[in-house]
Amino acid sequence: MHDKKIVLPGLALFLALATLPFWAPSGNAGTPPESVVKPGTESCVEPVEVMRARHMQLLNEWRDSAVRDLNREYVSSTGKKFNISLTNTCLDCHSNKSEFCDRCHDYAGARPRCWGCHITPEDHQ
Amino acid sequence: MIDKARRKLIARLGAAILFGLGSAPALDALLGRAVRASTPKGPGNGGIRRGMVINLAKCTEGCTKCLEACHTEHNVPAFDNPKDEIKWIWKDGYHNVFPGQAHALAPQSIQGRDIPTLCNHCENPPCVRVCPTKATFKRPDGIVAMDFHRCIGCRFCMAGCPYGSRSFNWRDPRPFIKTVNKHYPTREKGVVEKCSFCASRVDRGLGPACVEACVSGALVFGNLNDPSSEIRRVMADNLTMQRKPELGTNPSVYYIFQGGDV
Repeated sequence: MHDKKIVLPGLALFLALATLPFWAPSGNAGTPPESVVKPGTESCVEPVEVMRARHMQLLNEWRDSAVRDLNREYVSSTGKKFNISLTNTCLDCHSNKSEFCDRCHDYAGARPRCWGCHITPEDHQ
Repeated sequence: MIDKARRKLIARLGAAILFGLGSAPALDALLGRAVRASTPKGPGNGGIRRGMVINLAKCTEGCTKCLEACHTEHNVPAFDNPKDEIKWIWKDGYHNVFPGQAHALAPQSIQGRDIPTLCNHCENPPCVRVCPTKATFKRPDGIVAMDFHRCIGCRFCMAGCPYGSRSFNWRDPRPFIKTVNKHYPTREKGVVEKCSFCASRVDRGLGPACVEACVSGALVFGNLNDPSSEIRRVMADNLTMQRKPELGTNPSVYYIFQGGDV
């Protein structure tokens, strides 16, 4: 190999810089924000842990079920029945989008495109 | 050597021809069965095919109750520029609604009036065929529905629809919605929309908003496949017309004209 003296240290430097975020002990993830739910609501369609991890998949399933499969009834793991509707079921309890949805999405850097069409109670005020 | 190779080739060709003659389209042709470009069986041909009758003998001139009800129900924007117009259900002249059938000697009362028109929810919808993302699809009950989530705004469906029933959102529709129905979503800029036959209301057991709003009973909605339904009884008693029947789309929206004193 020609220019071994330059290439090898250069490669090492590149690798060090590229992996910097993984090993440099700086910065932290911060504390996840608290989400606000309408007081007096008992439970979501599924347990909180499931909703936290899977709500995006569930919403996609709901979307396809309501729009394409003509099924607007969701039976939860506990056997409870819910009307499949983001606008009319989810936002009924999670009526404050900026305090419930946005806080966490901002923290996670997620930018879902639900609200271009789906009206939130806040839009309506 | 050459002869052997040629014999082999001829034998193979013969076998291939026999094999081809056994295929379904060839058999159909040989046995004289009707050959169709597309199969008539499919969604919408089962138990339910939703349709509508627009009885112009009952429809009041100048009344816009059905239009208003639809636009309020579905958050349809009212743009000032007619080029941006979003159409779900609208009114147009006789010659525009029935271009192939209209003629100058028709009763003046018909030629001079506006006729309500909407998506025909065709049995053989060209918009569904051309949609590259399957955003427009035919439901099992015959409603040609849209999944706005999937629409990429390519407007193939607008080119495909022979009735002009589809509109594109050139601008953000939200500021132009007069009365917001907070239970129904709006659309975004860059999305095509059209009449949904009130699919979400139908799924809840309700009738379409326009039918509910019509005070004169000019709009009848029902199952075209059920001979005992109201819509079929109306169709059995009156001669009905479809828009552009020559195109073979088989619209599910039928019109009743009656006499000259409409």
